[in-house]
Amino acid sequence: MANPSIVPPLRGGSGLRGAAARRKTLTAYLFLAPFLVIFGIFVLFPAVYGLWISLHVWNPLLDDHPFVGLQNFFDLFTPGSITYGDFWESMRATGIFVVASVPFLLAVPLAIALLLNRRIKGGTVFRGIFFAPYVLGVAVVSVLWRYLLDPQLGVVNAVLELLGLPSDIPWTVDVPWAWISLVGITVWWTLGLNTVILLAGLKGINPDLYEAASLDGAGAWRKFTSVTLPGLRPVMTFVVTVTLLSSANMFGQSFLITQGGPGTQTRTAIMYIADQGLVQNQMGAATAMSYVLFAILAVVSVINFRLQRDNTK
Amino acid sequence: MSTVTTTMQRGTRRKNAPNVLTYVALFLISFIIVVPLLWMLLTSFKTDFDAINSPASPLPDPFTSEAYVTLATGNLPILQWFLNSVIAATAQTVIILVTASAAAYALARLEFHGKKIVFGLIIATLLVPGVIFLIPNYLIVDSFGWLDTLWAIIVPGSAGAFGVFFLRQFFIGLPGEIEEAARVDGAGDFRIFWQIILPLSRPALATLAVLSFLTNWNDFIWPIYVLLSPESLTLQPGLSVLQGTYSTHFGIVMAGAVIASVPVLILFTLAQKQIVESVASSGVKG
Repeated sequence: MANPSIVPPLRGGSGLRGAAARRKTLTAYLFLAPFLVIFGIFVLFPAVYGLWISLHVWNPLLDDHPFVGLQNFFDLFTPGSITYGDFWESMRATGIFVVASVPFLLAVPLAIALLLNRRIKGGTVFRGIFFAPYVLGVAVVSVLWRYLLDPQLGVVNAVLELLGLPSDIPWTVDVPWAWISLVGITVWWTLGLNTVILLAGLKGINPDLYEAASLDGAGAWRKFTSVTLPGLRPVMTFVVTVTLLSSANMFGQSFLITQGGPGTQTRTAIMYIADQGLVQNQMGAATAMSYVLFAILAVVSVINFRLQRDNTK
Repeated sequence: MSTVTTTMQRGTRRKNAPNVLTYVALFLISFIIVVPLLWMLLTSFKTDFDAINSPASPLPDPFTSEAYVTLATGNLPILQWFLNSVIAATAQTVIILVTASAAAYALARLEFHGKKIVFGLIIATLLVPGVIFLIPNYLIVDSFGWLDTLWAIIVPGSAGAFGVFFLRQFFIGLPGEIEEAARVDGAGDFRIFWQIILPLSRPALATLAVLSFLTNWNDFIWPIYVLLSPESLTLQPGLSVLQGTYSTHFGIVMAGAVIASVPVLILFTLAQKQIVESVASSGVKG
């Protein structure tokens, strides 16, 4: 046995009895204690505390937090309430970003991973270059691109002018250009992440399958659809889920590049929630929004998983 | 190896051989990735006038370190922000390594009552999006008097489930023979953890350290709301202040971005293999 368990496996609670078992349990919790203390205070407790806050009109500047039951939630689904219009506009912005960015965040990294999966020289160097922007924070990436895409003084429009192309493109101040910029920047920033995961998935596909497909006379496209895509299925499920969720949590790019503009058209859900809760001090309403967003994301994740599973049949 | 497999592999490889177009595409993508970063670096050495008046010419004319001098001596304490970022990211990394490795040891190598429940709770929180914690944690940090201090940047983020999960996977895979021998010699759990498990886990601990440092260094949404006064900021929220203050002084803003990028790019270059492989395996095993 290469990897025997130190302690014999125990079934149910019957295996641990007596003083020795109590001592073992005590030892284990001593090891767990430092982590569990911080985890309890900053993860477990706030998960529940948030629900409590969402049931109140909660302004941190006031001593009194009147209990309002589910009113904050009802407001979000009542047209004409204070938060209804702005909240759903921000959800729409998040939706637009997800729908516009996810296909590129999957297709571009997949194409690059296919290139890197060939027997190329310097594969590690290319992989490193493609991954590098991802290690920069959203603040660095955003101030860099805000400079490059500045409609009047920016590099991109200046280069377009040199090339004799339209050079007055309002990259960061008008739609749909603002969305094109936000999606493009996000792809540029994070393409290395999905590339690396998909590349590992490609390397895991049994080369014999390609050999067999060749013997059956399959061309490149046929091999891609019949061997590569099915072989990538489990990895793809993971990548799709993670990409959906991270796109739905988009915040920094809009906050720093378009400042939610023009108007509030690129103000994403996270941006609106953070502003309502931490700037406007409407913490009850904002927490309710965060649970609604969470619930919608959970539903989307479940649907996504169902679809991916059905496809394998 | 038998010659048969070698020939077969070679056959597969030849069909998968790159052509000129592959390299053209790879160089083109590299170009698109690298040029903006290079532009950031070069612009940081431009004068204000040069940056605004000849944005399409990459080379600074004249070459000047004026932007960096302004940042070092100006009214925004960017050196303090840099120091704050280093302290916060380092402290959080140390806390994560200590607490997560001890917890992961218990979960991977010890049997105890409630193990499944504890592990289940930790894993379940991996699925909860960060926005849920934003407002409650703001109030908790406020009640500790930690608003506008580095404690707010260091402690709450060190409670994540990822480190425990990551190290537990690694600890489970370690062979048990040395541990058993040590137990026969009378070593207790703490000695086994400290003298056997941790030394064997150096690669995993180093990977977690790098990932934790990067995450904390780059965090943005949390610090912009819990850090307020200029001298308490870290670099990422500092950059947004810098952008607001020097909105048309592109050289200065780019110099700030360079300062925030260089440490993580160096770290990435040193630990590229570990970072990339741990990311890749998260997707493949996940």
